[in-house]
Amino acid sequence: MKHARSKWSRMLVVGATMLAAVAGAQGAPATPEMLSNACAGCHGTNGVSAGFSMPSLAGQNRVAMIEAMKSFKSGERPSSVMGRLAKGYSDAEIEAMADFFAKQKPAPSEAQKVDLALVTKGKTLHERHCKRCHLEGGKEFDENAAVLAGQWLKYLEIQMADYADGKRKMSEKKAEKMKPLSRDELQAIANYYASVK
Amino acid sequence: MNVDRRSFIKLLSLSTAGVGSAGLSMAARAAELMPKSGRRVVVVGGGYGGTIAAKYVRMMDPSIEVVLIERNRQFVSCPFSNLVIGGERKISDLTMGYDKLAAQYGIKMVFDEVTAVDAEKKEVITAGGSIKYDRLILSPGIDFRFNELEGYDPATTPAIMPHAWKAGEQTLLLRKQLEEMKDGGTVLITVPLTPYRCPPGPYERTSMVAWYLKNHKPKSKIIVLDANPDITSKAGLFRKGWAKHYAGMIEYRGAKKVTAVNPAGMSVLVEGIEEVKGDVINVIPPQRAGAIAVKAGVVGPDKNWCPVNAITFESTLVKDVHVIGDACIAGAMPKSGYSANSEAKVCATNVVAAMNGREPVELSGINTCYSSITAKEAVSVAGVYKVDQGKIIAVPNSGGVSPDLSELEAIYADSWLRNIMAEMSA
Repeated sequence: MKHARSKWSRMLVVGATMLAAVAGAQGAPATPEMLSNACAGCHGTNGVSAGFSMPSLAGQNRVAMIEAMKSFKSGERPSSVMGRLAKGYSDAEIEAMADFFAKQKPAPSEAQKVDLALVTKGKTLHERHCKRCHLEGGKEFDENAAVLAGQWLKYLEIQMADYADGKRKMSEKKAEKMKPLSRDELQAIANYYASVK
Repeated sequence: MNVDRRSFIKLLSLSTAGVGSAGLSMAARAAELMPKSGRRVVVVGGGYGGTIAAKYVRMMDPSIEVVLIERNRQFVSCPFSNLVIGGERKISDLTMGYDKLAAQYGIKMVFDEVTAVDAEKKEVITAGGSIKYDRLILSPGIDFRFNELEGYDPATTPAIMPHAWKAGEQTLLLRKQLEEMKDGGTVLITVPLTPYRCPPGPYERTSMVAWYLKNHKPKSKIIVLDANPDITSKAGLFRKGWAKHYAGMIEYRGAKKVTAVNPAGMSVLVEGIEEVKGDVINVIPPQRAGAIAVKAGVVGPDKNWCPVNAITFESTLVKDVHVIGDACIAGAMPKSGYSANSEAKVCATNVVAAMNGREPVELSGINTCYSSITAKEAVSVAGVYKVDQGKIIAVPNSGGVSPDLSELEAIYADSWLRNIMAEMSA
């Protein structure tokens, strides 16, 4: 009995030490899921967005997403909250989140209103200017190009406006294709990508 | 130093025995509802935190049964309810049911009022009976410290001086009072000391009331009596917005703590001395964790809020009971809807980890919060959070407020609501 009690008290000490460790709140490093789930309040569960100015991230090209986050972080790409949020993550964390979202299944885009005449015009412009990087109607990608098919129209419009206003920088390759396009033409392209299922 | 998990748990349960057994006598009488066969998480409170905790536990481990207990059939969002008061939103835009969420994720809904928590037996007691749990997640939101306002009768005063700090009928009542007020009237808004739910909320409300008055009753004015020395959130942006749109309409008075109310005479008392009258009086009382937290014994020594482990959100007072959202003390994370959403996911991750014998994962959290200045312009604040030495801190050199008020911020605000409500409802 005496022996049992001393064993018991030893265990209590150990228990108390562990309690202290728990109170100290330590755990395994944040997983890609842990990092990414925090984004879902605005970008939707597993990156399928329901809010029209916030892009879906599910199935996004990881390279494009890493570039986007890094340019938000540096302030090069204009944004509302994204610049302020991106500054909270290391490059390794950004890569982990990009990997996570790249693996998520893009959901069929919710029905959104697009202008059918603009969709037709946009499709022609896409064939002429964009399809070498934004493959398969924007469903696939080459190198660092973003997946655009089924993306929210409002989000695409904001991006097009930022390009046209010179607020969002372009690579030389991209500038060569986009600079000749008028605002109306950019609007048509946005409608086209938004319509692709 | 190696103690296996089971003996550790045994030790913990021994050391916490007797804590949180409030309402035990009731527990003895309650019939068991839905007998537990496998592993089960019970979530109490179907708001910004609770819905997400329930959903993410099911997403992360479908073998765990999840029961979500909520007293109302429909949820009304507090975020954006100030726009209802300003006449720019319908309350139906902010209202959701639970059917889709429950069906899609296999969450068992119980619409009932929690009357007690028996942490020793690991049971939640509702009016209809008891429900056993392995882990309990409480997301009870807030209740009010009415007793700190002399002359305030919880049964009658809110109908005269609405708080509108829980969205729904109270929101609509304040809106109705503004509509019925004469042009040239005075609207009083009283703000409690921090911490309270939604730090920028009182100032967004001031903006939305001003928006309505400017367009419909331009001779009227607003007096803000703030117990805090200054605007507690986005101060520079609110001041800028008020100067730009509502010059001469808003009289902001800092360090004016309301200590008494006089519903019959339509006035309040600042520090028991200075009487201020209003035609519409919006008294936002001081707050504490929702009543369920008191029943579960998880409210800390400050008597108001719930201390929790910074990565698991487990109560530091009662084992296997977790507290998220406005009710908990989450360090640098503000008492906001987005924080509750983010905390719920961290909590769900680590509840599932614990139930599967895995190590907890470090917290990574976000807050994003938009406030409307006019119907078309908004401002925002954002933050990224992690744990440092056992406390939730803002990641250095990140986050902060928008540079200005803008229409683009308002467009994003609208999408914020759509996304976060979609996450909660399906």
